[in-house]
Amino acid sequence: MTMNAQGRPTRSDDVATSEAPTFTGNKALQIEEDLIFEVGDFNGTGVDLPEPEGAPSRLGGMERTSVIGLPGLSEPETMRHYVRLSQKNYAIDMGPFPLGSCTMKHNPRLNEKVARMPGFADLHPLTPEAQCQGALEVIDALGHWLKELTGMPAVAMSPKAGAHGELCGMMAIKAALEACGDAATRTRVLAPESAHGTNPATAVQCGFTVDEIPADKTGRVDLAALKEMLGPDVAGIMVTNPNTCGLFERDIRAIADAVHEAGGYFYCDGANFNAIAGKVKPGDLGVDAMHINLHKTFSTPHGGGGPGSGPTVLSAALAPFAPVPYVTEENGSFSLVETRRAAKEEGEGARSFGRMTAFHGQMGMFTRALSYMMSHGADGIAQAAEDAVLNANYVQARLKSEMTTAFDGYCMHEALFDDRFLKDTGVETIDFAKAMIDEGYHPMTMYFPLVVHGAMLIEPTESESKRELDQFCDALLSLAKRAKSGDAGAFKAAPVHAPRRRLDETAAARKPVLRWTPPVAEAAE
Amino acid sequence: MRYLPLNDADRRQMLSVIGAASVDELFADVPAEALNADFDLPDHLGELGVERALSAMAAKNRDAGAGPFFLGCGAYKHHIPATVDHIIQRSEFLTAYTPYQPEIAQGTLQYLFEFQSQVAALAGMEVANASMYDGSTGCAEAALMARRVTKRRKAILSGGLHPQYAAVTRTNLELHEDDVVIAPPDPAGAEDIVSLIDEETSCVIVQNPDVFGNVRDLEPIASAAHEKGALLIAVVTEAVSFGAVKSPGEMGADVVVAEGQSIGNPLGFGGPYVGLFATRKKYLRQMPGRLCGETTDVEGKRGFVLTLSTREQHIRRDKATSNICTNSGLCTLAFTAHMSLLGETGLRRLATLNHEAACNTADALGAIDGVEVVNQSYFNEFTLRLPSNAENVVKALADQGVLAGVPGGRLWPDHPDTENLLIVAATECVTDEDIETFAAKLREAL
Repeated sequence: MTMNAQGRPTRSDDVATSEAPTFTGNKALQIEEDLIFEVGDFNGTGVDLPEPEGAPSRLGGMERTSVIGLPGLSEPETMRHYVRLSQKNYAIDMGPFPLGSCTMKHNPRLNEKVARMPGFADLHPLTPEAQCQGALEVIDALGHWLKELTGMPAVAMSPKAGAHGELCGMMAIKAALEACGDAATRTRVLAPESAHGTNPATAVQCGFTVDEIPADKTGRVDLAALKEMLGPDVAGIMVTNPNTCGLFERDIRAIADAVHEAGGYFYCDGANFNAIAGKVKPGDLGVDAMHINLHKTFSTPHGGGGPGSGPTVLSAALAPFAPVPYVTEENGSFSLVETRRAAKEEGEGARSFGRMTAFHGQMGMFTRALSYMMSHGADGIAQAAEDAVLNANYVQARLKSEMTTAFDGYCMHEALFDDRFLKDTGVETIDFAKAMIDEGYHPMTMYFPLVVHGAMLIEPTESESKRELDQFCDALLSLAKRAKSGDAGAFKAAPVHAPRRRLDETAAARKPVLRWTPPVAEAAE
Repeated sequence: MRYLPLNDADRRQMLSVIGAASVDELFADVPAEALNADFDLPDHLGELGVERALSAMAAKNRDAGAGPFFLGCGAYKHHIPATVDHIIQRSEFLTAYTPYQPEIAQGTLQYLFEFQSQVAALAGMEVANASMYDGSTGCAEAALMARRVTKRRKAILSGGLHPQYAAVTRTNLELHEDDVVIAPPDPAGAEDIVSLIDEETSCVIVQNPDVFGNVRDLEPIASAAHEKGALLIAVVTEAVSFGAVKSPGEMGADVVVAEGQSIGNPLGFGGPYVGLFATRKKYLRQMPGRLCGETTDVEGKRGFVLTLSTREQHIRRDKATSNICTNSGLCTLAFTAHMSLLGETGLRRLATLNHEAACNTADALGAIDGVEVVNQSYFNEFTLRLPSNAENVVKALADQGVLAGVPGGRLWPDHPDTENLLIVAATECVTDEDIETFAAKLREAL
C-alpha cells in the first residue's frame, strides 16, 4: 500500500471498489431524509404566533372540528429537511442541463432581487390604479419589448405558462373565426407529427380536431403535403419554429402564405424563440399568434416545473380578440381594462374573447424577464441567440464522430441525434441518458421529437462556456465508445452514483400511492 | 456581456471546428430578408442601471406593508417566515427543471408528494395533484373535468364565486358551446342555488368562504347536486380558512380547488400563485395536471416519480385530460415549506388570529353611522354596505395611505347594485392601530 508520511494511503487501488453500505444509508454528503410526516410532530409548530383573544367565533357554526393531520417542524428541522432534499436535485447552477426544447439557461440573481422589491412582491392585484402605476408600467414596458422583438402589433400578457399561451392564441383564432361566421365550418387544426404534445391538446381544448402534417426527409414540414391538407374546413396550423428537431422551417413564408390563402391562421409555437430572438422578427414570417415562454427565452427560473409565463403576441387580425385584462397608456398614465364591458371601441381587445386567469398574469415573472431584457439589451439578446446556435452546432460537430445526427446540415439552438450509433450494442437511449447521470450531467431530452427513433435532443444554450462544452462532449464521446465496446450491462445498471437508482415507474402507476397515510390507517385498509 | 461566457477567440475556434465561415452561415435556413432585423430597443445595461430603472418603477407602487391594508378578494397579505424565501432560493430548487429524471430530482419529487398529502388533508379529499397555475384556472379545469365525468354540458356558478373565477370558467366552457349559468352577486350569501340544478347539470361551483366573505354550508348543495348526478366543485380562495372552517370534503364536495397564495407566497400583483386541486379517488384518471407517486428503486429504497402521465399532453396529445404542462413548482415549495413550519397547530392559530382581526375590524367599521356589515358569518373577510359609491371612498382613502378594501364596482361593473359594497379583509398583519386609522378615515370620508 502506498502511504504518505502520516500513514494515510495515497492511492485508492487497495480500497474496495464496490460501495459498502453504511448504517444510516447516508453516503457522506448525500443524507437520507424522511417525509415531513415522519420527521415532524403533529402537535408541533415552527412559528411563534401570539395568543388569540378567545372571542366567540362568527363562522356560522361551520367550525372545523376534525383533525387535519398536519405535522409541524421547528425552524432548524424545516431548514435541514429542505436543504437535504435540495441536495438530491440536479440544477442548472451545478452544471449543464442540456434538455432540448426546455432551454435551461443561467438564471441571473439580479432578476430575483428585482422581483422581491416590496413595490412588486408585496403589491395587491386589486390595488387602486393610482397606487400601482409602476406595476402597470412594467407590464406595458415588457409588452413593448415583446412586440418589438417579435414584430407583432399586440400582446396578451396574462397567460400563465406556455401551454396557457397556446390556448390564448388558439382562442383568439376561434374568436376571429366566429366573428366572420366561419367557426362552424373551420374545425380542423393541422400540426406536425413532431409537435409538442401541448399543441394537439390545446387545439382539442378549444374544440378543434387535429390532423398531423407529415415531415419531409429533411425534418421539416412537408409543404406539398400541407397544401394537400388545407381547405375550407381548416381553422389554422400550429407550427414550432425553429422546430422540435432544432431546424429552421426554410419554407416558413410559403407555409404562412398557403395557410392564409386557404383562409386559416398561423399559430407559431414560440418555445424555441430563444434561437432567433434579436435576429428575426416572427411577424416578418407571417405569424398570426405566438406564445413566448418567459421561463425559457427570457430566463425566469424553471423552479422544478413552474411557474412559467406565456405572453402571447397577436397579429392585427387577431388583436381585437385579445383577452382581458390589458394595460393602456395615455400621456404616461396607465390604466387597466379588466372586463369585456370596459373594452375599447377598436383595436386590441375591442372584441375580447374573455378572461384566462384571475388578475393580471405572472407579474413576478414579468419583473424578472424585464430585468433580463434590459440587462441584455437588443445587442445582448442577439448575441445570446447566436451563442446558443453556435454552442449547439459545436456540440453537434464534436459528437458526430461517435454519435449519429438525425438530419444533415447545421442545426439551430439544439442538436438532434438518433440511436443508430447504439444499434446492436444492447444499449438504448434511456440507458445512455442514465449513464450521463453518473458522469455528473443531466441527460438531454429523450425520445422526443417522436419522429426520430430513440431521439436525443441536446440544447446547451448560450450559458455554457467552451471549456464546459468540451468536457461534456468528451464525456459523451467516451460513453458512446464504451457502449460500442460491449459494456451494455454497466449502462443498464446506471445510474449507480445518484441519490436513487432507477425507479419502478410501472409499479407507481399500477398501484398509485399519491399521499402519505398514517401507518395505522394503512394497516386497517 | 456578463451572462455570456464565450469570447471572440472561442467563437472563432468553435466555428472552425464546425467548418462554418461565420455565425450567419448557421442561420442560412432563415429567409435572408428576415435575418438581422432592426430593433428599436436599447443596448445592454449593467446591474446598477437595471436596478435603478426597476427600483424607480417599484417606488411608484404602494405596497401592502406601507400602511393600513385591507384588500383581499382572492389575494391576501400574510406574513411569510424568512426561512421560506431562503428555501425557495436554493439553487437546486430554483434552477431545476420538471423532475423528468427522477434519480436526480428526488428533492423536487419528495416535496411534491408532501405537498399533495398536505393539500388532500386540508381539503378533506382523497387525492390532490401537484398544483395548477392558480385558483381561477384550477376552477376552470375542475369544470372541464366535471364535463368529462358527467358527459353533461351545463355548469351552474354561484353568485358568491369570485367574478374573475367565473369569467375564466365561462371563457373555457364557451369554447365548447356549453351552458354557463352565473347567478347574480349575492352579498348576503342567501342565494337559492339548489333550485337551479337539473338533470343537465354537470357541476355546481360554490366558493367558501364566498367572495363576500360569507361562510357557507355546502352540505345541502352537495346533496342536491348528487341527487341530480352533478358534481359539487368547492372553491376556496383563502387557504388559511382551511384551519378554521369545516373542509369542503367533509361537506360533500367532489372537487376542491383553492388558491394557495396565502401560504408562503407573496401578493406579487396577482402571480405567480399556486392552484390547489383535490378530488375523490374515483375521479383520479380524469384529473388534470401532474401527479407525483411513491415507488421504489432497484435497490428497494423508497423514491418518488411523476405518475399516471397517460392522462397528460406529452403522452396522450389530443386525448389528454388537459393541455397543462407546467405546474407551479416553486410556489408549491413555498406553500409546503410554510405549511411544514405552521403544522396543524400553527395553521389553526393563524386562522383564529385572522378571524379575530376581521371581527375587530368589522366591529370598528360597523359602528360608523351609515355603514352596515352585510354578512351573518365570515372568516377573515366581510362586506360593508356604504352610503355612497365605494370606489370613490377607496380612492379617497388610498390617497391618505389607507388601502381600504375592494369596491363592488371593480369586480361587478355590470351590476350597479354592488357599487356601494366594500369587501374588507383583515389578516394577522393588521394591527389595532391600522383598524383605528381605517375607521377614522372612513368616518371622515363618508
